[in-house]
Amino acid sequence: MQALYAQLLVGLINGSFYALLSLGLAVIFGMLNIINFAHGALYMMGAFVAYFLLNLGGINYWWALLLAPIIVGIFGMILERTMLQWLTGLDHLYGLLLTFGIALIVQGVFQNYFGSSGLPYAIPDELKGGMNLGFMFLPIYRGWVVVFSLVVCLATWFLIEKTRLGAYLRAATENPTLVRAFGVNVPRMITLTYGLGVGLAALAGVLSAPINQVRPLMGADLIIVVFAVVVIGGMGSIMGSIITGFALGVIEGLTKYFYPEASNTVVFVLMVLVLLVKPTGLTGRAA
Amino acid sequence: MPDTAIAEAPAKAATGGNILQVRNLEAWYGESHILHGISFDVKAGEVVTLLGRNGAGKTTTLKSIMGIIGKRTGSVKFNNQEIIRATSDKIARMGIAFCPEERGIFSSLDVRENLMLPPVVREGGLPLDQIFELFPNLKERLNSQGTKLSGGEQQMLAIARILRTGASFLMLDEPTEGLAPVIIQQIGHTIARLKKEGFTILLVEQNFRFASTVADRYYVVEHGKIIDGFSNAELAANMDKLHTYLGV
Repeated sequence: MQALYAQLLVGLINGSFYALLSLGLAVIFGMLNIINFAHGALYMMGAFVAYFLLNLGGINYWWALLLAPIIVGIFGMILERTMLQWLTGLDHLYGLLLTFGIALIVQGVFQNYFGSSGLPYAIPDELKGGMNLGFMFLPIYRGWVVVFSLVVCLATWFLIEKTRLGAYLRAATENPTLVRAFGVNVPRMITLTYGLGVGLAALAGVLSAPINQVRPLMGADLIIVVFAVVVIGGMGSIMGSIITGFALGVIEGLTKYFYPEASNTVVFVLMVLVLLVKPTGLTGRAA
Repeated sequence: MPDTAIAEAPAKAATGGNILQVRNLEAWYGESHILHGISFDVKAGEVVTLLGRNGAGKTTTLKSIMGIIGKRTGSVKFNNQEIIRATSDKIARMGIAFCPEERGIFSSLDVRENLMLPPVVREGGLPLDQIFELFPNLKERLNSQGTKLSGGEQQMLAIARILRTGASFLMLDEPTEGLAPVIIQQIGHTIARLKKEGFTILLVEQNFRFASTVADRYYVVEHGKIIDGFSNAELAANMDKLHTYLGV
């Protein structure tokens, strides 16, 4: 039983990263119509920024949680202003290729300077140690990651579905021309949306640094699964991304316990099944 | 369409100078040249209607004024300020509001969110209680999804949401299209009421029987140009000509 709970926890942790990343992808896709293949690289940058802040500036984990998303978010907004904005109205393929190219360049640069092995990032003192829950031992940092990710996901959902700013965002996703003709500066909103999605990825990167180490290819490994999560959940649905992210993490964890051989493929098998039955994804709206 | 309420509305003479002055406006959709030099004026407080056949360029004229058409040349002055090169969000902020032909109700927003969406650009917009007085149906459906409304209700919502913003110059593109006579009548009442409140309205209409119940003046658009213009008083005298223009 201990092993089962341990795998469930690993599943929830992975699910947290899936949810944060697929949420950002969904927001970006909705607004920019771009399948952001650079997402994994930006997630990795989040972890590296946390590493630099700590080792070059002596700035701790808690500040990194705030600063890394902002710094990487600004980097993302510069990408959007200088490159992505010119793809408006073109086929999805262009955005996919451009962001894929950006991902390769960013990862290549980091690999050049830092190799492929991981750099250590210590768990902050406040979150060291663990708790005995009776049925299992819970490392506090891991519990923190799950709870904090869930809170950030729900806050993002609230922002988009329940606030006035979110209403602009949803409306501009449907008809940017009309929203602009109402007096909203839509191009600026698009840039900020990209910054938000990228910031979520960077936040996931910071959260993952103490668990998975800081590696130039940490995002490249993860992003393929995240895209499968997005396909299963349905592009463009916020709550769908969150629920699917956590659920698939858990399913992966359970598979690791019951049938470890399939744990790396279960997500992709599910993706195929969902595509066969409901090509728009579980929560996707028909186009 | 006899309409006593509208007959009661004072046919207020247009006062003040031109609020909108369009000169030699040309516009393109990609390669196709749609407007070939549109020129006309709208005075403050007037209801002016653009008439013309399908494809004549009426909608394109409104969209060009709103800054939605990418390539446009000539001059559009609003309150004496040149706006031909301005982006549509700037134009909206100057006090022009647009209600598109397809209504543009957002399906991912409920009625309340649709209604509250356009930002307030200046003071003097209609307060919500007056908007609900004009369109009581909307008040009952505030929590419905925007596109679950009937066609008439969607049209009311599309008009209602631009009344809040403080924009005093409204452009309505075929507000009666595809609606039942009783709804058309309600929209007629609304336009008359808005005129009384001091709004200036530029209307595009195919239905000139409806237009004649609300408009002060008409311009006829054909092949991307204004080919004629007359006041409501001259409508009867121009009826034969108008039938030829519109092919009805």
